Amino acid sequence: MNPMGRYTRPAIVLHWLVALLIFVAFPLGVYMHELPLSPGKLQLYSYHKWIGITILMLASLRVVWRLTHTPPALPDSISGWQRRASQVVHGLLYLLILAIPLSGWLMSSAKGFQTVWFGVLPLPDLVGKDKALGEQLAELHQILNFILLFLVILHVGAALKHQFMERLPFMQRMGWGGKESS
Amino acid sequence: MKHAIHALAMLAWLASPAASAVEYRTVVPAQSAVQFEFRQMGVPIQGGFKRFVAQMAFDPARPEAARARIDIDLASIDAGSPEADEESAGRLWFNSKAYPKATFASSAIRALGNNRYEMHGTLTIKGRSRELVVPVSYSPGRTAAVFEGAFTLQRLDFGIGEGMWADVDTVANAVKVKFRIAATGK
Repeated sequence: MNPMGRYTRPAIVLHWLVALLIFVAFPLGVYMHELPLSPGKLQLYSYHKWIGITILMLASLRVVWRLTHTPPALPDSISGWQRRASQVVHGLLYLLILAIPLSGWLMSSAKGFQTVWFGVLPLPDLVGKDKALGEQLAELHQILNFILLFLVILHVGAALKHQFMERLPFMQRMGWGGKESS
Repeated sequence: MKHAIHALAMLAWLASPAASAVEYRTVVPAQSAVQFEFRQMGVPIQGGFKRFVAQMAFDPARPEAARARIDIDLASIDAGSPEADEESAGRLWFNSKAYPKATFASSAIRALGNNRYEMHGTLTIKGRSRELVVPVSYSPGRTAAVFEGAFTLQRLDFGIGEGMWADVDTVANAVKVKFRIAATGK
């Protein structure tokens, strides 16, 4: 009956905001790059970059928060390999939500397009215009996203498995109900 | 004899650098550039033209007699990315098959003092002409003098970006054009 602990409220808010934005930015990225050049394509690229930079900011906060706060303990029934797998997948997810927007930002600079967040805040170009580097970063951005997709499927799959197959009240760890962990 | 002395004096006068003002009229393409900058979704994009033919005659002692003309090969555009280079040649942009060149021809030049000038002239792009006043600075140099200037044009005045591209919220209407022309007196 004792409900499992919850992540702290800032961690929960950041988790869902980042998740929501990834679920917008990812399909947008897949869709937009096949489009023929048009004003609409330029707009979509900008929106994608603005969302990506927003993810980078939120993810940075999230990682700092995670490093300074202990997440709620897993229930005892979770086996050793599952705990290790959980650590690895979460570690990689934290890494990717930083690395993917960063690779996109660098790619944009290398392709000669500065990123101007919401058309207002210009971000520095950390690399100069360089065609070959731009193509390499585009490839990296794509590969990292495929890895992210795979890990998100694992992440969501594991949460659903614990919640519904093992009947553990697992998803409230990141939910709005239940008791907050200290 | 008297004629011969006159002729010699004339030659000496012509050969003396102090007496003859330099007229800059040979453009050095390798030291010259035509560039532009515009905003796309709030992002500054730099570009330029690699090939152009500039002709000019400028005598600092007689600036009002100066003249300049530049013909820009629009196919030599660098519009910021390969995709944009290709797009810009299209019918909605420069339509550079039908209008291969952009031309500026001066009509009058006015000295403002301090090696600064105001060049009046006509800019023609895509069959559309507009009168312009362009500020130009003149920097004398040991081998070549440099003429620099910048002005802002509204791309829609010339039909650069028609149809869906006439939307100035995506690609701004204002395009800043910068030029640097180096010329020698030879």
